[in-house]
Amino acid sequence: MAKTRLVFSGSGGQGVITAGIIIAETAVLHEGLNAVQSQSYGAEARGGATRSDIIISDAPIYFPKIIQPNVLVCLTQMAYSKYVPSLRPGGLLITDSRWVRIEKTVDARRFELPLTRAVTEQIGQSVVLNICMLGAVVRLTEVVSPEAVKEVVKDRVPKAYLELNETAFDVGFDLAKKD
Amino acid sequence: MSRQIEFVQGNVACAKAALYAGLEFFAGYPITPSSEIAEYMAKRLPQNGGKFLQMEDEIASICAIIGASLTGRKVMTATSGPGFSLMQEALGYAVMTEIPCVIANVQRGGPSTGLPTHVSQGDVNQARYGTHGEHAIVALTASTAQDIFTLTVDAFNFAETYRTPVILLLDETTGHLRERLEVPAADGIATVGRLKTTVSQGVDYHPYLPREDGRLPMSDFGGAHRYNVTGLFHDMWGFPTENPKIVYGLIRHLVDKIDHNADQMARWKEYYIDDAPTLLVSYGAAARSALHLVENRRKRGEKLGLLELQTLWPFPHELVREKCCHAQSIVVVEMNMGQVLQQVKLAVRQPEKAFLANRIDGELITPTDIQNIIHVIQGKGV
Repeated sequence: MAKTRLVFSGSGGQGVITAGIIIAETAVLHEGLNAVQSQSYGAEARGGATRSDIIISDAPIYFPKIIQPNVLVCLTQMAYSKYVPSLRPGGLLITDSRWVRIEKTVDARRFELPLTRAVTEQIGQSVVLNICMLGAVVRLTEVVSPEAVKEVVKDRVPKAYLELNETAFDVGFDLAKKD
Repeated sequence: MSRQIEFVQGNVACAKAALYAGLEFFAGYPITPSSEIAEYMAKRLPQNGGKFLQMEDEIASICAIIGASLTGRKVMTATSGPGFSLMQEALGYAVMTEIPCVIANVQRGGPSTGLPTHVSQGDVNQARYGTHGEHAIVALTASTAQDIFTLTVDAFNFAETYRTPVILLLDETTGHLRERLEVPAADGIATVGRLKTTVSQGVDYHPYLPREDGRLPMSDFGGAHRYNVTGLFHDMWGFPTENPKIVYGLIRHLVDKIDHNADQMARWKEYYIDDAPTLLVSYGAAARSALHLVENRRKRGEKLGLLELQTLWPFPHELVREKCCHAQSIVVVEMNMGQVLQQVKLAVRQPEKAFLANRIDGELITPTDIQNIIHVIQGKGV
């Protein structure tokens, strides 16, 4: 497989870091792949644009940072403006259509998905936005299997919220039908 | 038996390894980017039957672990640059009194409070020379969660074997990076226990009388024997002395027990060094970027090699001289102004062939940064 370099970006508290940990952990524990996850700390972690970097590969990963992602997820306009110039041309761009207005000139496979609308309307809980986003990412990248991600979610999420998260994942997965 | 694979931060790998090595007491004060070590210990150490104390500051933290070690426990603290600065006086006390302890310094940008959340390797010389007076020290580093685990166990083993503080010089990048860790089986890595005296209660115990092999068996403080411990130069009873012969003997002992065992403590990894006219020397997070470049350029037929150092102190001068002997240029990759470069220049036959590839802006040096510097060194422009 090619090396997949994913950047999940949004604002602090949206759960992009947790989503990054879950997909990377899935790759390592369930898919036998190598993965590294890192994040930006500091002032950026409290509001503003925050990001989680994930590299997944079947080869060893040495340099752990991402300079040019081939998968970029933006949950806010601020994150989009800051990180979209770094997206590798022809890469995959996933945005939340409720919050992000994209320029049509961006050379990317663009998916403007109503993630926030889906979680508020279908689930009634915006706290699972990150897991919904993860469902879409897994469908579009096929870098790990949805069943394996659910295994990791099961280990990480308190029992009372498990069903909520599983539903959110499915909602995101269904939203991301390939064109 | 199935393998235990985990996905953890380097800091957590360090904490897990400390428990694996038999840690029983941790005292610390949280500071970015080391806090995850204390956080993990606060939860897991008591579950393991150990004690965790959050202290009022880093001075109290190192003093607490020194005291606990003297009572026979394996001990550790974790901090970053500002806290490590505060620990320097007590670090010297542990050197002088020969009390085993492990101090993890997860490096961030400095001086002073510097860059709390950004990577640096600026404390290499502080680890060696930060505390006053002539002495020797042990400092280890690593670039992956797996190696952090191994080197942390080594740190505890060296501390016990040589009765010395051992510094784990990690960095923000490797400390915070999450990646694969295969936890070794319980007997996968040998661990060294406390060497205790065989002198029975009621018989004179000489706390600072080395055995023939140079090692000093300990007696748990507050236990069978009453004895004195002081940071002053001391005799075999542990009492202060200014006798020049004894002063000389002690300082010689403190330095020689480390320096004479440098070979035993040398840890390193090497990649393609035999046919590499350009050899990179690196360590910690910077070594990840160096290895990335080496593997990429090898695919294109460019003969780069890498020597990754894991023992920084005592510096393995002999090893570096031997590994660098065929290289036409040696490029030290680190995130400071050349602290390991200084040692490499001392080690190699032609110091004018050793160059620095560094980055000091709080960002991890990239493979492209290193490549550009190599091109300049080779006279090819960037």
